[in-house]
Amino acid sequence: MTATSNGTPTLEAPGLDWRRQIRFSLIGALSSAFIALAGMPVGLDRRNIIQPLLSMGYLSLLWVPFVLASLAGSQVVLEGMTERVRSSKDLVAGALVGLGSALGLVALMILVKNFNIRDPLVNWSPQLLDLLSFNRSAGLGMVFWIVLGTTLGLMGGAMHVVPTAVRSKTLTVLLSVLAVSVLETFITDLLKGFQLEIFTDFIYYKRGGLEIVGALLVAALAIVIPLLVGDRITVVRTRVREMPADERSRVNLILLLVGSALLLVLPFFLGKITNELLANVGLFVLLALGLNIVVGLAGILDLGYVAFFAVGGYTTAVLTSPNSPGFSPQLPWPVALIVVVVLTGLVGLFIGAPVIRMRGDYLAIVTLGFGEIIRLLFLSDWLSGWFGGAQGITNIPGVDVGFATVNGIDPRSIFLLVLVFSAIAIYISWRLEHSRIGRAWMAIREDEDVAEAMGVNTTNTKLMAFVVGAVLASFSGAIFSAKVGSIFPTSFLMLISIIILVVVIVGGMGNIVGVIVGALVLIGILGGPKQPGLLQEFSEFKLLIYGALLVWMMLKRPEGLVPNVRRSRELHQEEFLQDAWLKGEIDTDDEENPS
Amino acid sequence: MSVDDVGELDTASQAASTFGTNVTTTYDAKPTSRVLWVDRFLTFIRFVFILVISVGLLAFIAQQINPQNPFAQWINPDATGLTAAQFKGLLVTGLAQGAMYGLIALGYSMVYGVLGFINFAHGEVFMVGAMSGMITSNKLADAGLWEDAFLFCLLFIVVSSIVLSTATAVIMERIAYRPLRGAPRLIPLITSIGVSFFLQNVSVVLLGPGAKSYPALPSWLSQKRSLIGFQIEGTKLVVLLTAAVSMAGLWYLVERTKTGKAMRAVAEDKEIAALMGIDVNRIIVTTFAVGGAMAGVAGILWGILFRSVIHTTGFLPGIKAFSAAVVGGIGNLGGAMAGGLSLGAAEATAPLMLLEPLGVDGVSQLRDAVAFAVLIFVLLVRPSGLFGERLSEDERA
Repeated sequence: MTATSNGTPTLEAPGLDWRRQIRFSLIGALSSAFIALAGMPVGLDRRNIIQPLLSMGYLSLLWVPFVLASLAGSQVVLEGMTERVRSSKDLVAGALVGLGSALGLVALMILVKNFNIRDPLVNWSPQLLDLLSFNRSAGLGMVFWIVLGTTLGLMGGAMHVVPTAVRSKTLTVLLSVLAVSVLETFITDLLKGFQLEIFTDFIYYKRGGLEIVGALLVAALAIVIPLLVGDRITVVRTRVREMPADERSRVNLILLLVGSALLLVLPFFLGKITNELLANVGLFVLLALGLNIVVGLAGILDLGYVAFFAVGGYTTAVLTSPNSPGFSPQLPWPVALIVVVVLTGLVGLFIGAPVIRMRGDYLAIVTLGFGEIIRLLFLSDWLSGWFGGAQGITNIPGVDVGFATVNGIDPRSIFLLVLVFSAIAIYISWRLEHSRIGRAWMAIREDEDVAEAMGVNTTNTKLMAFVVGAVLASFSGAIFSAKVGSIFPTSFLMLISIIILVVVIVGGMGNIVGVIVGALVLIGILGGPKQPGLLQEFSEFKLLIYGALLVWMMLKRPEGLVPNVRRSRELHQEEFLQDAWLKGEIDTDDEENPS
Repeated sequence: MSVDDVGELDTASQAASTFGTNVTTTYDAKPTSRVLWVDRFLTFIRFVFILVISVGLLAFIAQQINPQNPFAQWINPDATGLTAAQFKGLLVTGLAQGAMYGLIALGYSMVYGVLGFINFAHGEVFMVGAMSGMITSNKLADAGLWEDAFLFCLLFIVVSSIVLSTATAVIMERIAYRPLRGAPRLIPLITSIGVSFFLQNVSVVLLGPGAKSYPALPSWLSQKRSLIGFQIEGTKLVVLLTAAVSMAGLWYLVERTKTGKAMRAVAEDKEIAALMGIDVNRIIVTTFAVGGAMAGVAGILWGILFRSVIHTTGFLPGIKAFSAAVVGGIGNLGGAMAGGLSLGAAEATAPLMLLEPLGVDGVSQLRDAVAFAVLIFVLLVRPSGLFGERLSEDERA
């Protein structure tokens, strides 16, 4: 045993906790049975991952034993403790968790075979039984599942026993095969643009999914490429990091310019579907950047954010469409945009002013109420003279930019438009975040009373966040109405507010890169409220996954995928303090208990 | 701790106390309450709200007195006004729905009182209750018991939906909220939004996306009968009675039993309650369970009133019930029920009494908007609710 600086001896973390393993096997059993009953295996079976071997449907069950076994074996090593020595017991524990998950499925199969409660549970079907027994007899299927589950659990447990290098290699291979398969539409489309169909024809099966040879090739590449390039990247990165500040910023600028040039060229190599997809992602990036200012920077939970999107969309529609029922000036889009921005800002002010003094949680509900009121007003007969009620406003012309018209028929042009506005929004967010007002927002987020005591005018600053968020949403609304060409109240359900919130939280509250990553991953892969993503088969389940993801993120990683440094420090304040105390970094003089 | 440290602490606390007095004197000498433009704007909005309500009400009264009244003619010549029977009908409908909101509101109010956050997913607990009632009542109807032994069936579906909703609420607390105790305020709120979203979609994937209906009610139940001058449908009577019985049961639990005393103690101050030997975790679970049970009862009432349930059933009633809890004063159980009744009544009557005389078309579409407007109005004019909130010090922040 060694001693740390302040004299506390290092402890070895406690041994294997068998009760935890049993709990995880129960969780595994329940989650497998739930996934099966939710209809994922049957619904996703169409989508191939590796052609004859593995479909998305089976994958939706197979990840359970592997991931749960590896979670059950993981252990938080507190500061001042050493990790316990792993042994073959971990393998047994993993196998136990895997077996538990498999038994859940076996129990379900027995129940499905002998009882029929298809009346309330829609997925209690013979197809499910067929699928679970691999289209053979049920008994054989059960044996199969027990073997499979135990093996996968064993592998999950083994993740903690094998050396780190092997573990990370395995994960890289698995994830890259999965990613290449999931991104199939995108990759095919991109390589078609570069006339490289030979490659995609080789790795992909005709009707979706990787060929076995293709999967092996991808796996091999996933091992070889990091070996070839990995070191060089670290070398370059350290060299850039060690440059003097002005030179580094110049390098960053060049990288930024090259990146944006590539992005601008990208749409010309992509097909219609991919451009459409990226345009949708871009719309959500715009919305999420706006909400990021309100929630991520200023810490105001606005659940009625869709209201600003709606106001932006409807104002554009009224101002540009010849079919607008009440008032139809048929302005060109850029002129309309100015009015839209001003008007949405005013609406932001109008909604913001009454709610800004409320407690955080009351504010959330009241903004939600405003969001619904605005949608109901657009829907109502009362105002249908202006907004068309349930019939909405149709025939919205696109954006006339002289040599071309940007509208939904040509997704490429929409994507370029979205790109331009995203760039503007990113610039606004970035400048604001590092300005005086940005610091004031963060101060308010951390502690409103203290911020006020420091001389921040909290009311005006919070209102400012509201207005900036509203303006960014109005960009998105204006582009949305030009893209879709018609606008209905059903496009502005409160669902959208929640999905944007999930995007911001999963990506990383208060972090611009995080928000963009969140939108790319969630909207791009799973899809938006009505827009399909790359995994079109997931459309029935995406909202379920969004909900589960939101809860899981809040519980396990509230700072998001790409965390903002300051925000994550706030969220884990207690842990930081505890670690620092254990390391002896806090002197007794500084030891202050906040409560 | 050495003697020196104690000495230092003493001086520190002295310094703090002198500092404290200094602050108070400066504060007394120069009050810092500047009037911002936001405050003026808020006053203006309050004024507009009250003006709209009074003009609408005046126009309504004017119409009722004489439809050819110049004042009524001036604002909305097409408005027809209401007959006494119509008004009573609206009121009864509103109160029956309000009783249901009140039952849901109890769960919001109790959880807010104990944990200080809005359990957004409580509306989904209500939806689970309504769904389980739908399943059991259809099974009972298939077995032929529904018509013959209706009261027995009603008891059965109420009990089964209470069990299911309570289980949902308790599991939800255990998995999603307990690990977050002591986290920043917005974290559990966002989590509860996620839970709500998740539960809604669990219902979609397990039971299918369409609306599902309850079996037809026996005819003796849906008949209208007259009671103290009101024509009340049997179903609404059942709803009002069930709500009253549940409320009485809850009142007994909270005010007259040891568990209730412990609940009140935990709501007042968790740490002191723990020092007094109360198992805080158990009491929090009990609170969730009781709230869940009330939501389960409300779910059955929804089924009886509307006979149709879909996965989004929990959303709007949930928000309205929260509004009811705020209207009555959050943390205040009697207030939650009273808030529910008044919100229900306002929602049913206000569109015809306030908006129609003002010349708004298609007023019945704006019912939900009225419910939200009531919430906003109460929070603007009297944020602590009509009957006062009952919260511990640190949750009032």
